[in-house]
Amino acid sequence: MKFVSDDFLQEASESMESLGDKGISRRAFMKFCTGMAALLALPASFAPKIAEAIRGKKPYLVWLEFQDCAGDTEALLRTTAPAVGDIVLDVFAVEYHETIMAASGKQAEKSLMDIVKNNKGNYFVVVEGSIPLKDDGIYCCIGGRTAVDIAREVCGNAIATIAVGTCATYGGIPAALPNPTGAVGVKEAVPNATVINLPGCPVNAENITATVVHYLTFGTLPNTDKLGRPYFAFGKRIHDNCERRAHFDAGQFARQWGDEGHRQGWCLYEMGCKGPETFHNCPTVKYNAGTSWPVQAGHGCIGCSEPHFWDTMSPFYRRLPKVPGVSIESTADKVGAGLAAATAAGLVIHGIGRAISPKKEE
Amino acid sequence: MATKIIHGKMQRLRVYAWEFPVRLTHWFNAFSILFLSITGYYIGDPFMHAYSSKQWIMGWMRLIHFIVAYVFLMSVIIRMYWAFMGNQFASWRECFPVSTEKRKEFMDALKFYFFIRKEPPYVIGHAALASFTYFLVFVVFIFEIVSGFALYSVSHPPSIVWTLLGGWLLNIMHLPTIRLYHHFVMYVILAFVPLHIYATWYMDPHEKNGLVSSMFSGFKFVPEKEIEEAEQ
Repeated sequence: MKFVSDDFLQEASESMESLGDKGISRRAFMKFCTGMAALLALPASFAPKIAEAIRGKKPYLVWLEFQDCAGDTEALLRTTAPAVGDIVLDVFAVEYHETIMAASGKQAEKSLMDIVKNNKGNYFVVVEGSIPLKDDGIYCCIGGRTAVDIAREVCGNAIATIAVGTCATYGGIPAALPNPTGAVGVKEAVPNATVINLPGCPVNAENITATVVHYLTFGTLPNTDKLGRPYFAFGKRIHDNCERRAHFDAGQFARQWGDEGHRQGWCLYEMGCKGPETFHNCPTVKYNAGTSWPVQAGHGCIGCSEPHFWDTMSPFYRRLPKVPGVSIESTADKVGAGLAAATAAGLVIHGIGRAISPKKEE
Repeated sequence: MATKIIHGKMQRLRVYAWEFPVRLTHWFNAFSILFLSITGYYIGDPFMHAYSSKQWIMGWMRLIHFIVAYVFLMSVIIRMYWAFMGNQFASWRECFPVSTEKRKEFMDALKFYFFIRKEPPYVIGHAALASFTYFLVFVVFIFEIVSGFALYSVSHPPSIVWTLLGGWLLNIMHLPTIRLYHHFVMYVILAFVPLHIYATWYMDPHEKNGLVSSMFSGFKFVPEKEIEEAEQ
């Protein structure tokens, strides 16, 4: 059976020419196009269309960083062979990226404003990091302008904004309680912008690429859920696609780090794995060019792609959250068992009380 | 309906208080709580461990939990339906002690339990305190059902059925928070169980009306003069 047509091979060859010789083999490029089709849940016959789309256009892209750790940048730049990151960077004309650009200071800011002015409605924005709104947003300023001011102008004039990482999508770690800077995600800071959310800590670079490839191929952004996340990447629960799921159903659990169950690769549910609460394509796409992902490496999921995961998914190594308003040592089981014990004790006391109180006359 | 019998010094009448759906749902609820608590606790904290992948402990626990959850849902629906269709003792009106008489009954029952009053208020069906407590218990039941379906909905493709049954809760609460409350409220129900059994065990010889057997037979034995009072 033939998965790709001769036309596709022809397209791929032409695409290679346009990409130039960047150390990416023709085979790697074909793998990339078919891989992207698979990631977007498209049939292999779409691979030629993807090759064509990548060859044809070269959209401008600016990458903004606000309250972030550059972890999403790292995730993109550190992708290894077959150089998916290189392909992405070649697909785009990256005009502004603080971490990797050569320009700095006023020169750099000018290049950003040039894009916004000269290519209005014709460029993509990737935003990494949350945007503080408290006290007029003064907690994050670049070149004397607040993050929210920059985001309004740059995101408001773009084709679309791709919010990458949990900070840019839902506020992430800067927004964790008590959220001192009033940090929010891009959609909340700039409600009129077209935003697609790719949470994760860090974002999976393959999902950024797939989102852009989808736009280049079909001219639209992929369908999203109510949290603004594309279904192709966030439509399925980690627990349901987990490679250790059979151990969960069997009842085989790691109970301590390094115990027999942990060494056997059993389910990490009892170690606080948040796979049952988290929607992401980690089990299928994995990280670092398909090398591994947390559960494969023997560590439970911490739910990093869910809104407010730092507050709602912690403690990361316990099954249930802490009981709000009660001392940190208390968990639901202790409080619940205490409640039941108090009831039983109350009843015993009541029974004794009745037994010793004077009998009524019939 | 009422048969005169002689009991001790007092004339008592045999009254059909609890109709069949009331008794049926009572026992379905009781056994559902037992099975749901055991399997639910296991799901939250797997205390038994499989040592062969041929075992399917979590699988069975979840299967039983979900099947019994449907049984429990049906039982609660039938009982709520009967609150509108059944006799006066099964009515939803019993739940709310709003009239002066009911409020007095409510306070008298409280006083009785706190040793302030020697006599419990004698009633044919539920005492006002008991029926209000059962109302709260049903609120707790409904929370467990809704939160349970909210948790259950995430392992299914999005559908209007799951959204209506409980998925809507995900819009106002985070998944781990729902899991915590669903787990914690189990203890609230488990605290109610001994309270309920103790009160019944304690009241049965006190009232001498066959309270325990009434949940099997449906009949209570009520002093004639109290029925006359109730009818006035």
